[in-house]
Amino acid sequence: MTSATLRSGAWKLLEMITTPLLPSDYLDLVSPLRAGADLRGRIEAVHPETGDAATIVIRPGRGWRGHTAGQYVRIGVDVDGRRLWRAYSITSPTNRQDGRVTITVKAIPDGKVSNHLVRRAKPGTLVQLDQPTGDFVLPKAKPAKVLYLTAGSGITPVMGMLRDIEFDDVVMVHCAPQPQDVIFRNELHDLVAAEKLRLTEVHTDTDGVLDIARLDELVPDWAERETWACGPAGLLDAAEEFWSGHGVGERLHTERFRPGIVVAGDGGEVTFSATGKTVEADGATPLLDVGEEAGVLMPSGCRMGICFGCITPLKAGAVRDLRTGEITEAEPGVLIQTCVSAAAGPCDIER
Amino acid sequence: MTAIDPTAHLTAEQIEELGRELDAIRDEVIASRGEKDAAYIRKVISAQRRLELVSRGVLLFSFFPPAWLLGTAGLSVAKIMDNMEIGHNVLHGQWDWMRDPKIHSTTWEWDHVSPSDQWKHSHNELHHTHTNVIGKDNDLGYGIMRVDEDQKWHPFHLGQPLWNFLNACFFEYGIAAYDLELGKNLHKRRRKNPEFRARAKAVGRKIRKQVLKDYVIHPLLSGPSFLTTLAATFTANLVRNIWSHSVIMCGHFPEGVQVFERRSIKGETRGQWYLRQMMGSANISGSRAMHFMTGNLSHQIEHHLFPDLPSNRYAEVAVKVRALFEKYELEYVTGPLPKQVFSAWHKVFRLSLPNKKPKVDAPDREQELVAA
Ligand code: FES
Repeated sequence: MTSATLRSGAWKLLEMITTPLLPSDYLDLVSPLRAGADLRGRIEAVHPETGDAATIVIRPGRGWRGHTAGQYVRIGVDVDGRRLWRAYSITSPTNRQDGRVTITVKAIPDGKVSNHLVRRAKPGTLVQLDQPTGDFVLPKAKPAKVLYLTAGSGITPVMGMLRDIEFDDVVMVHCAPQPQDVIFRNELHDLVAAEKLRLTEVHTDTDGVLDIARLDELVPDWAERETWACGPAGLLDAAEEFWSGHGVGERLHTERFRPGIVVAGDGGEVTFSATGKTVEADGATPLLDVGEEAGVLMPSGCRMGICFGCITPLKAGAVRDLRTGEITEAEPGVLIQTCVSAAAGPCDIER
Repeated sequence: MTAIDPTAHLTAEQIEELGRELDAIRDEVIASRGEKDAAYIRKVISAQRRLELVSRGVLLFSFFPPAWLLGTAGLSVAKIMDNMEIGHNVLHGQWDWMRDPKIHSTTWEWDHVSPSDQWKHSHNELHHTHTNVIGKDNDLGYGIMRVDEDQKWHPFHLGQPLWNFLNACFFEYGIAAYDLELGKNLHKRRRKNPEFRARAKAVGRKIRKQVLKDYVIHPLLSGPSFLTTLAATFTANLVRNIWSHSVIMCGHFPEGVQVFERRSIKGETRGQWYLRQMMGSANISGSRAMHFMTGNLSHQIEHHLFPDLPSNRYAEVAVKVRALFEKYELEYVTGPLPKQVFSAWHKVFRLSLPNKKPKVDAPDREQELVAA
């Protein structure tokens, strides 16, 4: 017998001992970060960066595969008892010795997760993690000259890059409303003092929003630089137009944070993606009825919200609970009770 | 179907107003569900797992009598927690709002021979929708008992105290058989129905796994304590079965609880639905420990009104619900466990004997009951 079959045999026996639970259900009690567990991390510290931003130090579980500078990680945080997932750029360098990683979060108005992380997260808390991902990363071959163009929390993936690899010639243009809003300001200024970085801060409260044409004056050789840009859509749109207008579009790398804004309306177009049907629905008809009307095979039971026999994944859009008026937005893993939910804008039901 | 309708004094408007007031109670809990509730269920789950682990550990030395006692008691409590406060409530979707895939009605499996999905169908859907409607709610007597004077008596019913006792001892098997609608499906050609066969297979698999675990593997692991561990797990299962059977009997069987006719639920309004849940359920009074060990089914009335609210909130909801019972002059059936269990058993005995034929006011009733 090979050791692999031995191990799987032993595991089978363990499963028989713990049925109907799994051995991992018990192991999770004592060692949630062990190898082989679902990927999680433990918050070890929260360091304020500005009035509304903080860096969260996380010790990821043993299954963490590591990241490339510039990548982001999806993290599942329990806010008021409910698990919500968001993506944040990793701001720690890849060679951090203690195995911890950091994300830096800016609290956005009404942002449930960001406000929770910045203001209420406590060391010791477990969070769920996905493996890092994203292709807003540096190339293998070192470019001679680099430009980082960032605004607001768009600085976070770039900070991961800055901390990771030193280039000979790096310029950064960063926009923030006021000096005190510049995340990592001290560290940036230390780099400037050490002559490792040339930095231009644009303070939009006084200077106004950056006019992309000003780059000619701020960074005269911008077109020769390999550029990584991250910030609000307006800035990135302008940059893309500017770069391609000058025929150097391939030098520009952009990262757009998920827009994530679902406008909840009253009724809308409902797509049953598995069946391939799309119908118009009003804001008062349960999606169960809408689906059945359209000839989609819908699971159902009590039809009054008590048996949970109708729950179905919501893949996109938003729905309204007809009893409480509560809006549920699509997120990976979100299930809705179709018998008491109606379309709140266009949505996609996995049926 | 008692002669006097205890809700006769309510007007249609009052019933709808009652419905609105209950909706408001529900909304309040939904709006305030949060971190504390999530922490509660996580704590209970982790406590259950630790208790089971420790008890099974102690039972490895069960040839030593104090260890046997301690281990058996611990395992009994752990199994009761698994079935009642955790399993029943998670499978109701009470914790789905947390969006934790590990504590979710779609993924939970319990230490019970009836697979979760089958139980969810017969319990959440059939029983909770058609609560106490004769012929539609099979929980009424589980198809083997006569629970109302108006049901036709059959000599078979003479044995019902015995059936009920056996059902209590092997309750989880009774439930599995019941979820399979075994009585109906073993008849004639239904046995061959592929859908039924698939479900029966799933139950078979579940039984095999549970039996193997409790009666083979754990005793074997105990080595010289094989027999005593076997006796311990058997006892724990027996205790759990009798306990849950008792609690569940108290929910709908005690005197004072109403049953309904099939016709009465046609076109039922939300208010009327609520009213039926109120009149068709009974509570158990007692300490917090009692509520916990019953999985808060001691708050059966509140559970039937709001089956998807987190169980840890029923106690506070009960205060408001009870006030509504008073306001609308309805009887809130409740009492300590021994009294309620006695009352339910008393009914089982009483109805095992034929009673004077009631004055039937509807010509089709007899047929309806026979069909049931
Ligand atoms: S069908 Fe029962 S909850 Fe939707």
